[in-house]
Amino acid sequence: MSEEILDMLKAAGLDVLACMHCGTCTGSCPSGRHTSLNTRRILRDARKNRDAVLSDDSLWLCTTCYTCQERCPRQIPITDALLEIRRLAVRKGFMLPEHRKVSELVLNYGHAVPLDEETKKKREELGLDPLPETVRKYPDALRDVQTLLRACKFEELLAEK
Amino acid sequence: MTKLSLFLGCIVPNRYPGIEKATKICLDRLGFDLAELSGASCCPAPGVFKSFDKASWLALAARNVVLSEEMGREVLTICNGCYASLEDANLELKGNPDLKKETNEYLKEIGLEFKGNTEVRHIIELLYKDPGPEKLKALVTTPLDLKVALHYGCHLIKPSAERKLGDTESPVFFDELVEATGAKSVDYTDKMMCCGAGGGVRSGHVRESLEMLEHKLACIREAEVDCIVNACPFCHLQFDRGQLAVNEEFGTDYSIPVLHYSQLLGLALGASPDELGIEQNAVQNLEFLAKIYEISAGLR
Ligand code: SF4
Ligand code: SF4
Repeated sequence: MSEEILDMLKAAGLDVLACMHCGTCTGSCPSGRHTSLNTRRILRDARKNRDAVLSDDSLWLCTTCYTCQERCPRQIPITDALLEIRRLAVRKGFMLPEHRKVSELVLNYGHAVPLDEETKKKREELGLDPLPETVRKYPDALRDVQTLLRACKFEELLAEK
Repeated sequence: MTKLSLFLGCIVPNRYPGIEKATKICLDRLGFDLAELSGASCCPAPGVFKSFDKASWLALAARNVVLSEEMGREVLTICNGCYASLEDANLELKGNPDLKKETNEYLKEIGLEFKGNTEVRHIIELLYKDPGPEKLKALVTTPLDLKVALHYGCHLIKPSAERKLGDTESPVFFDELVEATGAKSVDYTDKMMCCGAGGGVRSGHVRESLEMLEHKLACIREAEVDCIVNACPFCHLQFDRGQLAVNEEFGTDYSIPVLHYSQLLGLALGASPDELGIEQNAVQNLEFLAKIYEISAGLR
């Protein structure tokens, strides 16, 4: 076990130590009502620096709705901490194949949801240009997006570890 | 009046262009100075990209903001997700010189610089502040006799410390904008609950995402409304396309029409349903379509 998780949260200015185990976060969670996500448990595992939290699939069941964070009586930035833990998990190579795919779409097209033929037709029906005013229409702009992502070493992060 | 650039994001231009058209119609009729934001990309999606890597999330979001900075315009978003990414990135970069410096190192590679001299807006908070519900009501030419289940969506109002739009448990500002069109915003169980799509859940865990959606749909059906209204194309896609997926997955028979607020307002400002792309939705509820055509033709 390392001190990594807590240190990382601390470095990001996210204090999760004040938790009083009231369970408000778990009780408020729209995902937890239907899924295995237990917000309080994730935070507890993070506080105890348990590496298992990084490979915990339920980490990816949070919709980032921020209800827990709004309601926490100790003002713990719960959702922000969850996002920080996810980012560490990704650095350790834990990433769902579907999420890799979305990332690759942005790398290739500049859009997480690229234009398709059906929508091109719908655009024309509405009297809009079939190609929207986005990177889709401007190859130079798409190249800029790709250059930027390369500068951030985003592709390396996606590589399977 | 505020000079704006229209940030489209991904889902509006690439799946629901009716929302793009409706936004342009509404802002034009309301006299806004709205320009296209050429060459913008994915915001990038807050739930997924912000969950993967902070540096690239910030860099991509900053690039989109800078494109608008260079036009001397504020960024207008029509999506809660785009609003979350661009507004959060804008605030973080403005408030943290180290982050700004780091992000500008990346942006230098493509000849751009984040200066921090513009604002990110969301169509709902924009319209609420100016013209505001009262003035908007006076501009309505076609009052809508509709019962609406309003879905705020999470990232419009939360985290509240950053959004500063007031109460997150039972806000009213968006309801006031809905009612300015003549429609009635009906209360329903778990109105403030998430649609279940965000955070990469819809892409990563589709079954769980649909379970959350099914719960919302059941609550909405109980309220006996004409349609759902949202201000976020990702919620819109979840409610519309997701509704068909829910029917398939759980053997239900939901057929609740879904409108982005720009489409609702467009109707009230006299645009016809086909101009607004309402028929292009996945949910095809003919009874509802007949009703809004009658309203728009002044027949009811
Ligand atoms: S709501 Fe806050 S204090 Fe209560 S259990 Fe959750 S994190 Fe701890
Ligand atoms: S932000 Fe995530 S953990 Fe918190 S209540 Fe929403 S879904 Fe649950």
